[in-house]
Amino acid sequence: MTEKKTLKRFASVFLASSLIVGALAGCSSSEGTKTEGGSSSSSESSDVIKIGANLELSGAVASYGSSIANGAELAIEEINAAGGIDGKQIELVKVDNKSENAEATNAAIKLATQDKVTAMIAPATSGNAIATAQIANQYKIPTVTASGTAPNVTENEDGSINDYVFRTCFIDPFQGIVAANFASNELSAKNVAIYADNASDYAKGLAASFKEQIEANGGTVVAEEAYVADDTDFKSTLTRIKSANPNFIFIPGYYEEVGLIVKQARELGIDAPLMGADGWDSPTLVELAGAEALNNTFITNHYSSQDPEETIQGFVEAFNEKFSESPNAFHALGYDTVYYIKDAIERAGSTDGEAIQKALAETENLSLITGTFSVDEKHNPVKSATVLEYVDGNQKFNSKVNP
Amino acid sequence: MEWIQQLVNGISLGSIYALIALGYTMVYGIIKLINFAHGDVFMLGAFIGFYAISRWEIGFFPALIISMVLCAIIGVIIERVAYKRLRSATRIAALITAIGVSLLIEYTVIFFRGASPEAYPEVLPKSSINILGVNISSISILILAVTIVLMILLQFIVHKTKIGKAMRAVSLDADAARLMGINVDNTISATFAIGSALAGAAGVIFGVYYTRIEPLMGVLPGLKAFIAAVFGGIGSIPGAMVGGLSLGLVETVVSALGFSLWRDAAAFVILILILILKPSGIFGKNTREKV
Repeated sequence: MTEKKTLKRFASVFLASSLIVGALAGCSSSEGTKTEGGSSSSSESSDVIKIGANLELSGAVASYGSSIANGAELAIEEINAAGGIDGKQIELVKVDNKSENAEATNAAIKLATQDKVTAMIAPATSGNAIATAQIANQYKIPTVTASGTAPNVTENEDGSINDYVFRTCFIDPFQGIVAANFASNELSAKNVAIYADNASDYAKGLAASFKEQIEANGGTVVAEEAYVADDTDFKSTLTRIKSANPNFIFIPGYYEEVGLIVKQARELGIDAPLMGADGWDSPTLVELAGAEALNNTFITNHYSSQDPEETIQGFVEAFNEKFSESPNAFHALGYDTVYYIKDAIERAGSTDGEAIQKALAETENLSLITGTFSVDEKHNPVKSATVLEYVDGNQKFNSKVNP
Repeated sequence: MEWIQQLVNGISLGSIYALIALGYTMVYGIIKLINFAHGDVFMLGAFIGFYAISRWEIGFFPALIISMVLCAIIGVIIERVAYKRLRSATRIAALITAIGVSLLIEYTVIFFRGASPEAYPEVLPKSSINILGVNISSISILILAVTIVLMILLQFIVHKTKIGKAMRAVSLDADAARLMGINVDNTISATFAIGSALAGAAGVIFGVYYTRIEPLMGVLPGLKAFIAAVFGGIGSIPGAMVGGLSLGLVETVVSALGFSLWRDAAAFVILILILILKPSGIFGKNTREKV
């Protein structure tokens, strides 16, 4: 056998085997979820209301999922201490979806069929939340995502609504519009660049609505670039962006990559203000980018722990007491999601899926930590957004924008 | 000026690929095995460096050396436990074992510390030199310097020392080398030790340069380094260096032209083209297998 043939054979075997290995890895990890949250199966009594939490407790966006879980735990503790819902205690059944779409679907099936939950908290990211929508509709389990902001979480592409899927947060186009208006009005940005995560529906949605609004405001998009999740080297694209001389860069994406982008942008001498959305909100962002590089960056978010409002400060205090840290937006949204579900179950007067679904859809002027909202016909809450600025690694309350 | 900046970006990226590719190429050169666990040794190196820096609060160079030493030991253990008994087995059996070892390392790390990423502490002074509008961070200069020093050291070991001579002899003909009184087992272990130490060094450098490390970080750089090794001619040490740097530059050029989403695709297209047009790579020799 010649050397040439051997090497070719090696490459083909390698490619084939890596595919098989990938598939096997997917199978084996789905078994892992079965062990978690298994403790709940013993308590089948009717004086407990089970709420499933299908969250990113590990993997790429573990910070979102675990924050939501902490917020939800605090809310449930408060509700149970105050007598529960109509005398019934709430039990949280947590399942880790490992930040993967397929795992999110598996976790939803487990919650629906094995744990038989009354309602579910859907995954934190839009993609994972969409992966659970079909299960929610099929088993008629009202499902609320705390932070899945892409429009197509609740509304399918053909315009039909996912009946059993709701959310506690505002939607992406709104965040994009707020960011564009902030760039034009507060920062007087004329030439802007967009650097978006091409692998996420969330980032693509934000980029599209930002672009539309900034152009309506008279701005010009001088550079439009994309990256894919798990990239680590952004310098070559950032160098390209730098040569277009933008005076504002919009970077919708998640903290894992954004942290590196911000760091590398500043290393290349890009001083322009950078702006993103709630996907940036994680302590890991500050660790990755460094406090100094994050100066002169802004995000739109669901809430700020520095908001002077009384109810917000009360929540911040309670949260601080339990977890000894200041709550971020995901903590607040997780907390609100439980209260949103609780409100609906109370108004429905039963734990029947259809009744709760109807009550969720009819929610009006519900006052929660992340704002007061009514639900529109597309199952989206209509609520305000907050703009935050990073100053030496800390988020500073900048302003509040109403829809 | 944009292009000079891009050149700097490409060389920084390429030198990390080159360091990993060296390990692939050395191991292939000596036992004709593509060691797919190599990318994971790179990951382990990054984590060892991370824990050394953050727990023991030591500087960059001590962390680099600790990581290299521990990775060398890990490399030898992998070889002794997993590959040694397969030396007379078919090459495909060894290859599949290598993939198995790779997964074992990845998921053992996830089992013990979870899959969440870690941010590398800042161990090097953050400053950048601006030459004619080109920003070169002091870190990239240091990385390039460390890479070059390690490569010169490797060339010295392979060409000027007794163990290097033994390595070359074993890679030429293991049986003849054994007849000449060379301890083949020890020589193979030494090759794994050196290759793994370089991967460990690459891991620490990667961590310092790109900040984010996680248990699956070795997969893609490992594949890219494999491409670099094939491109340069697998089994050839200068080939791995040239292959690594060229791949880094190609990826940078693809992004610089505005096709950043095609960057990974470009790397794999290179692999396919090389395998079709010149499977022995740039520096590889077309040797006939002896009958």
